Amino acid sequence: MTQLTGHSASLDFSQPEPVDMSSGKYVKLWQGPQHPGITGNMSLELTLDGDEIIECKTHVGYLHRAFEKLMEGRNYIQNFTVVCRIAVPEPAFNEYLYAEGLEQLSGIEAPERAQWIRTLNLEMMRLASFMMWIGGQSGAFGLYTVPNWTIAYRDYVLDLFEEMTGGRIYHMYMVPGGVRFDLPKDFDKRVKEVMDGAEKLLDQVERVMYNNVVFKARSKGLGIITPEMVDPYGIVGPNARASGIKRDLRKDEPYLVYDQLDFDIISGTGADAYERAYLRLQETRQCISLIRQCMDRMPRSGPLQAEMPNVLHWKIPPGETYVKAECTRGEYGYFMVTDGTEYIRRVFVRGPSYTHAIAVMEKLAVGTNIADIAGLMVSLHTYPPEIER
Amino acid sequence: MGNLTSALLERLERDFDITDITERHERLTTFKVTRDHAETLIRELRDREKYTHLNFITCIDYIEDGVFSLVYMLQNYVTHTMLGVHVDIDRDKAEMTSIHTLWAQAWTYQRELREMYGINFPGSPRLHEDFMLEGWDDMPPMRRDFDTAAYSTEHFGHVDRESEEPRQYMKVQFYPNRGGDEE
Repeated sequence: MTQLTGHSASLDFSQPEPVDMSSGKYVKLWQGPQHPGITGNMSLELTLDGDEIIECKTHVGYLHRAFEKLMEGRNYIQNFTVVCRIAVPEPAFNEYLYAEGLEQLSGIEAPERAQWIRTLNLEMMRLASFMMWIGGQSGAFGLYTVPNWTIAYRDYVLDLFEEMTGGRIYHMYMVPGGVRFDLPKDFDKRVKEVMDGAEKLLDQVERVMYNNVVFKARSKGLGIITPEMVDPYGIVGPNARASGIKRDLRKDEPYLVYDQLDFDIISGTGADAYERAYLRLQETRQCISLIRQCMDRMPRSGPLQAEMPNVLHWKIPPGETYVKAECTRGEYGYFMVTDGTEYIRRVFVRGPSYTHAIAVMEKLAVGTNIADIAGLMVSLHTYPPEIER
Repeated sequence: MGNLTSALLERLERDFDITDITERHERLTTFKVTRDHAETLIRELRDREKYTHLNFITCIDYIEDGVFSLVYMLQNYVTHTMLGVHVDIDRDKAEMTSIHTLWAQAWTYQRELREMYGINFPGSPRLHEDFMLEGWDDMPPMRRDFDTAAYSTEHFGHVDRESEEPRQYMKVQFYPNRGGDEE
């Protein structure tokens, strides 16, 4: 394990000199925004020397819907229809953090069973998101069998969400004070079935994708994040752990019931796209284990909601907090300020993509072959909506 | 608040005149520092006190006081604590020292704050490039006095449909007999 105790002041953050396009040696190429998927709804302005990238600039804003501003004009409970849209593949983290932040600011504590159900919900979300990511990473390197498997299997996880919350993508299930309703009858049996199937699928994915010579050849050595880059670039989650930095908020600053679950922080050493991909595969398996533990260990009965004021006329005393959780990409956080009224004074959403897709992406892209840029983007696991909020 | 953080805050109070020290939760303490001391203090927290991770930079618009409160959230991965450094700047002369040499992602936050609040960070790279908004020439939209509904109506109109202002609309729904009068 690599320990980072200080800060490397030797890294140079200065912007590169402008490229002389009038020389006729270089070509500008835009990667995106042509596809409504992970890599497509932001764009990279690439400057090429032959097929090698010599400069990269990230452009965002294609999904800007001013969520933070919208939330200032709606009361606390109305905002639940807004927050879940900030990271489409992982709305649950937004719901949880917004609810958790409001609870902290108003001195409410969710009951124990609700905390277990929230943990279960977040881990199911992680599983669904990783399933989609595995498909994205495989597809970006031209292997189209695996995306068909994993994105189809994600739908079984979405079936569980539909049963649990009533919604497949946006659930609006974790509300201030707890969760909206109890788990359905015999839910544990169906969870077990889906988890058993997911484990088998991941074994097949490992054989077909991770042992594939093309995947290895294209991802090994690509986009290396050194441990020295982690703090200066604000790198978190699997992108940092693959470089050997053992940090995971679920373990380091436990929230919900993570301190009652058995798991270790998974880390790598290779620091390239392959290492990050393999680490995410291991974390997907870990996630299945955590879901099983939640189902086995959660209290069978108990309240699901704390006593709440009338949320339609809810005034929260002046205060400020920053709450965070470990999403699939690392630290996801909500900074919230209240001023005693029925409306939030300021909410700021901190997504890992803010640095991964801009400062980190712009650095790692330089020197990369044009054919590998999509694979590199996916290997950083970025979601543009959380950048432009 | 842990002993380590308490000792640190006492020192910062002595050396940098920090004020308004508030423990928000067991891992988060916030305080205010003057604009002149801010950059030195943040650099010292990073280099000497192991607050090596910049979680984010953001801004709160206290229009009633005529200030923008900039917030620098710093994380210590050894003690697992965070410090929220607040720096109040004049709303009418919104300018702040850039910290783009301290963290690689800092200039992106500063670029966003320039676009959304109109705060200038002299020397910050690519500060005046469009970030989320393309060709925006109106008031920076995250300022409290920017009226989204009025802007939308003025620029895009609402042909054959009506748009409601959410606060007023909900009040009318709750108190229909009083025309939305809550009292």
